[in-house]
Amino acid sequence: MELLEPRLPTVSAGPNSVLPEVGGRAGQADETAARRTLRAQIAKLERELSEAFVSAFPDRLMPDAAVAGHAPRLLGLGELEEVRDSLADRVQRLRFAISERAEVHAANRVALERMLLDPAEHRFEVMPLADLGEPGCGVYQVRPRLGLIGMLRGWWQVKLSSGCPLAGGHGLRP
Amino acid sequence: MSGVSGAGMRLPPEIRPRRGTIAPELTEELPGLGLHWVQLAGRDGRSAPEMVARLQQLANGFRGPAVIAMRTKPVPAAYRNFFRQIGLDPDVTRPPGEQAALSRLFHGTLRSEGKLADALLVALVETGVPIWALDAGRANGAALSIRTARPQERLGPGPGGHPLAKGTLVVADDQLVHAILFGARSPDSAVRPDTRELVLFAVSVEGVPLIHVEEAFWLATEALRDAV
Repeated sequence: MELLEPRLPTVSAGPNSVLPEVGGRAGQADETAARRTLRAQIAKLERELSEAFVSAFPDRLMPDAAVAGHAPRLLGLGELEEVRDSLADRVQRLRFAISERAEVHAANRVALERMLLDPAEHRFEVMPLADLGEPGCGVYQVRPRLGLIGMLRGWWQVKLSSGCPLAGGHGLRP
Repeated sequence: MSGVSGAGMRLPPEIRPRRGTIAPELTEELPGLGLHWVQLAGRDGRSAPEMVARLQQLANGFRGPAVIAMRTKPVPAAYRNFFRQIGLDPDVTRPPGEQAALSRLFHGTLRSEGKLADALLVALVETGVPIWALDAGRANGAALSIRTARPQERLGPGPGGHPLAKGTLVVADDQLVHAILFGARSPDSAVRPDTRELVLFAVSVEGVPLIHVEEAFWLATEALRDAV
């Protein structure tokens, strides 16, 4: 990834320090430049993470966020590096999960094509829409035409179920 | 977001936001960070039915996919990035605009919580810029600044105030720390039923156009005025 440039030297910064002190004007200028670079990298990674999150939705592929409890503060060089590394790791894991999911969906589409081509060979197989990366609660299912008659005569077809169950159920039984 | 800009017209002087101070070390480190405030007469109370209807109308404009994609839009993305830069994870500590949108999804509506809160919510939802209110009797708007907390400083007055870690970013005036940046506010500075004068302040970050900030103030003050 282009963002993962050579690591910058870590300057230890206490959790409560405003900014780590660096001796000498040259050192300070270097550190300011390093911090600016890290901030730009964090901004880019945050954008990439947001875009990947939108691509991954609605599956819960998002890697865990950091633990809460920090107060807003000026981050030292070391802390900025930690934020950058953690973001890079999350982006990488999310992209890997998205590509893995895409492969599973592609394989499932091929399986659905086979079901459609020769239903009799795939009796009673099911393929939920969610497994194809499509919205809705529908399920493709290989079923006999005309019930028992179709089963005996070998008349098989692929049917798509009608969708999500009603939120309120089917109402009260009489 | 609203396409209508109140800032397109010249804002009346009483609601034209003035700039608060940003500590020099923050200006250098976090370019684009801005504090804006106005002081105006106003009080909290129950929301008028028109305001509740307006919130309902705004809530109807929210759809799940739009909320999911919200983080890729310029203003919410700017706040998310800023949160990262100050050590907050926006997936844990949500930026105010995202928090309002998620709250709308969870509750199915934008809940009315009083005249002032509703006015600030309208501004937030329309522009993405958060505005907070302080009691002008307890906070000096002209001296408001964003700075780092000093050793042994507390949120709020006296020894009862919440202790702040050194270096925490805070919104303070010349006397007191009124709020942690994008975080808790001192109950002592909060608007009370007997408050008659308000200080409204907003925090802008790099990537948030000034016109959004002005529009947020315009919307909030208009909503407050309508509700009087």
